Amino acid sequence: MTDKKQEFIDQRLQDLNKDGVDRRGFLKCMAWAGTGLVWTMTGGIPVSRAFASKISKEAKKSGDFSFVQISDSHMGFNKPANQDVVATLQAAINQINGLATPPEFLLHTGDISHLSRPEQFDTVDQILKGASAKEVFFVPGEHDVLDDNGKSYLERYGKSAQGAGWYSFDHKGVHFIGLVNVLNLKSGGLGALGGEQLEWMEKDVKHLKHSTPIVVFAHIPLWSVYPEWGWGTEDSAQALAYLKKFGSVTVLNGHIHQTMQKVEGHVTFHTAMSTAFPQPQPGKADSPGPMKVPAEKLRSLLGITDVNYVRGQHSLAVVDSSLG
Amino acid sequence: MNRRNVWVEGLATPVLAVLLLLAGSLPVKANDQPAGASAEVKIDNFSFGPETLTIAVGTTVTWTNRDDIPHTVVSTDGVFRSKVRDTDEKFSYTFAQAGTYSYYCSLHPKMTGKVIVH
Repeated sequence: MTDKKQEFIDQRLQDLNKDGVDRRGFLKCMAWAGTGLVWTMTGGIPVSRAFASKISKEAKKSGDFSFVQISDSHMGFNKPANQDVVATLQAAINQINGLATPPEFLLHTGDISHLSRPEQFDTVDQILKGASAKEVFFVPGEHDVLDDNGKSYLERYGKSAQGAGWYSFDHKGVHFIGLVNVLNLKSGGLGALGGEQLEWMEKDVKHLKHSTPIVVFAHIPLWSVYPEWGWGTEDSAQALAYLKKFGSVTVLNGHIHQTMQKVEGHVTFHTAMSTAFPQPQPGKADSPGPMKVPAEKLRSLLGITDVNYVRGQHSLAVVDSSLG
Repeated sequence: MNRRNVWVEGLATPVLAVLLLLAGSLPVKANDQPAGASAEVKIDNFSFGPETLTIAVGTTVTWTNRDDIPHTVVSTDGVFRSKVRDTDEKFSYTFAQAGTYSYYCSLHPKMTGKVIVH
């Protein structure tokens, strides 16, 4: 890990404390594990540790489960940064199928396609059929709602969703909320949820017990990663305010094609790698466009995110693993 | 320049000379460009260049996306709206009325630009 990268992570993890691993220890662990890192939430307090085989043993208790987040498959992209996004998505599926604890379902946090074309969605759907987990929950990225304001996306993926494609579901006691923050973006602004969706969300969580673990997933980060590049959501503070009463909240996003974590009280924020191409670290390039890296390095910057829920501990362990 | 020479040779030189003389004698003011004038905006590194473009009424502006990521060109007031433009794709709009036209990329709304039409 370069000093610059470490310095950057250092800045981004101001809130990580009293977790049994100090920040220095955490960074060491991160350096050791490379792109693989385990987050365990115990009673809302995050504990980090390197790749743990323990997780798979713990996850065998009844009621425990894991799911995998994949993101930004950008099917149809064929520029120098990755001229075979089919192969890298397939590699991600192979990786999922090789996990010690098979995930019960997948979350795709958007930019399924590069240009919203039917054949691009078809290709992804076809590849996803090869995953051991048959159920996939989607939220759209801005690349999935081009030109028709999300109409074709909704027809394909959002038949049972609300509004522009938001919805919630429960799985073994965990409440999942899929949000849409890529539509009706205002000039000069960031991602946006909008009043109608926020109203729905407030009602959706109102009657849940405070002890219910919450997982929120959306394409654009729901925290301010780097507003200069549009990496944030205008009205996410309102959404997070509705979740204040809960002891365990995990927010999963894509869009920025790299992993980043932040802990704020009981809320853990996490972004996933893309399966298509990496993007630069905030402010480290002229623009957030696709980053061309040497061919042999590409797969080390692409990957999947495995999330384990351990019942009774309100624990969600988030493990990023690269494709190579 | 080579192409222009070929073109000139392809025409009867005296006729062309007369045409050039006529054109030279017409009064041309800054805000009185002939209809059909054109201007370019390039999209590079998630930004419009130039960010502010000043043109005469009747000018056709062409935006070209030179990024590896698709963008759009959308008027803030709903005057014009391109379809999504992938790498090297273009969008043109002819400004028939004076005014200031703000626009942005609806996918990456931090990207903004302005066309001032006199």
